[in-house]
Amino acid sequence: MPPAREWRSYPQRYKMEAARCKECGKVYFPPRLVCGKCQGREFERFNMSRTGKVITYTVIRTPADAFKGQAPFAVGIVKMDGGARLTTQIADVSFEELKVGLPIKMEFRRIFSEGDAGLIHYGHKAVPVRQ
Amino acid sequence: MRDVAVIGVGMQKWGELWEKSIRDIFVESALLAMDDAGVDRLDSMYVGSMSPGIFAAQEHLESVMADYLGQQYIPATRVESACASAGLAFRLAWMEVASGISDIVLAGGVEKMTDVSGGEATYALATAADMKWEAMNGVTFPGLYAMMAVAHMHKYGTTREQLASVAVKNHYNGSMNPRAQFRSRITVADVINSVKVADPLNILDCSPITDGAAAAVLVPADQVKNYKKAGVKIIGSGHATDTIALHDREDIAAIRAAQIAADQAYKMAGKGPRDIDFAEVHDCFTIAEIVVSEALGFFEPGQGGPAVESGETARDGRIPINVSGGLKSKGHPVGATGLAQIVELVEQLRGESGQRQVKNARVGLAQNMGGSGGSCVVHILEVM
Repeated sequence: MPPAREWRSYPQRYKMEAARCKECGKVYFPPRLVCGKCQGREFERFNMSRTGKVITYTVIRTPADAFKGQAPFAVGIVKMDGGARLTTQIADVSFEELKVGLPIKMEFRRIFSEGDAGLIHYGHKAVPVRQ
Repeated sequence: MRDVAVIGVGMQKWGELWEKSIRDIFVESALLAMDDAGVDRLDSMYVGSMSPGIFAAQEHLESVMADYLGQQYIPATRVESACASAGLAFRLAWMEVASGISDIVLAGGVEKMTDVSGGEATYALATAADMKWEAMNGVTFPGLYAMMAVAHMHKYGTTREQLASVAVKNHYNGSMNPRAQFRSRITVADVINSVKVADPLNILDCSPITDGAAAAVLVPADQVKNYKKAGVKIIGSGHATDTIALHDREDIAAIRAAQIAADQAYKMAGKGPRDIDFAEVHDCFTIAEIVVSEALGFFEPGQGGPAVESGETARDGRIPINVSGGLKSKGHPVGATGLAQIVELVEQLRGESGQRQVKNARVGLAQNMGGSGGSCVVHILEVM
């Protein structure tokens, strides 16, 4: 992958930076230039809370080439508290534990590596919050 | 706006067509459609194809195909809307004839998927999702539909067996379709015990990788008498988009673009779900057929699973769905699928479908979608 493609998204990948529409309050992750709800163009940027819950999930058994060594692994759509929804891997979880509503927190993790030089892509993965 | 009719359709057998190039595949089906219509010249043509650049190392497909179809110099347009490319090509051809700009327009679709490895094909297909915020976190296309299935099961109590029933029905139908890729009949147990792909979906819940093409010829309805076969009228057309990422949709257990496109098509046709005699819907995964059958208004939200299980969508049921075998059995060359649906509609409405003919079929609906529902096209056709 061209390095610039990854570098541009560091604020989202590393800090989970989102944008809140100043007009209607809708939150976008990643940030956008125009709000799909009210057409507003003024946003305030903020780093989302790292806690949230699972909306839906699956276990990937047949992955894309870049994730081959990792399968099987869990992925899900999670809703961040006070933030947006996003798609993420769910790590450190037994597959039986997966359920709608599972509380999670986001942790900075290695996502995958590519190429002969092993360029490593970092980002966030969800892990269950255990009481 | 002029009324428009289909006067010819064509489709060769689908499958792993190693001995044929993307050009051969497209031209063979396009010529069948032109022969069916009895025309050898076109005013214009549309070519649906999702990713010939990755799958077949060839872009600029409109020029390639007009050239190899012997139609040099005519206006030709390549259409891309992921797996809805052919449905959209058909809609654009309809608009061009309806507008009065052209009288004889071919809509075709093609994908040559088996020249590349499974990994490359998975990558090409993933580009129809949000590459950066879905695929690059490890989720695959089966994974997206699996998450839709989990959401649907959680919200409505849809069961694993109900998902499997879609594949069982479509393989049964496809066993009677000589052009289908996989014609074997399967059982619910076969589906549930097949190789896991993305829980709860197994390999027999997924449509296959396929080479294939399909085409149709459209003319003004008032000129149908000049051609050799009975015309089939396009009475409704709808087209809608939705967020590219599944996670940005308010309801993950629904496909809103399908509902909006269907509402447009019903309104134009002056018909409702109960007026439809049979439908071809986009069953790229078993859960997709269930969710779409609800979006089209055939069943209340949450009733799509019980309906397929009880046979309501079988060929002799209340509303037959995917009598062709659907994407599941017939195959899914992504850029061609939408036109194969039109081929099935036209042949059924002409009473030419042999063993799998739907009795008294007068109105058919085709629903074709891209990605996880980021785009959707719906058409309603009626006997003239």
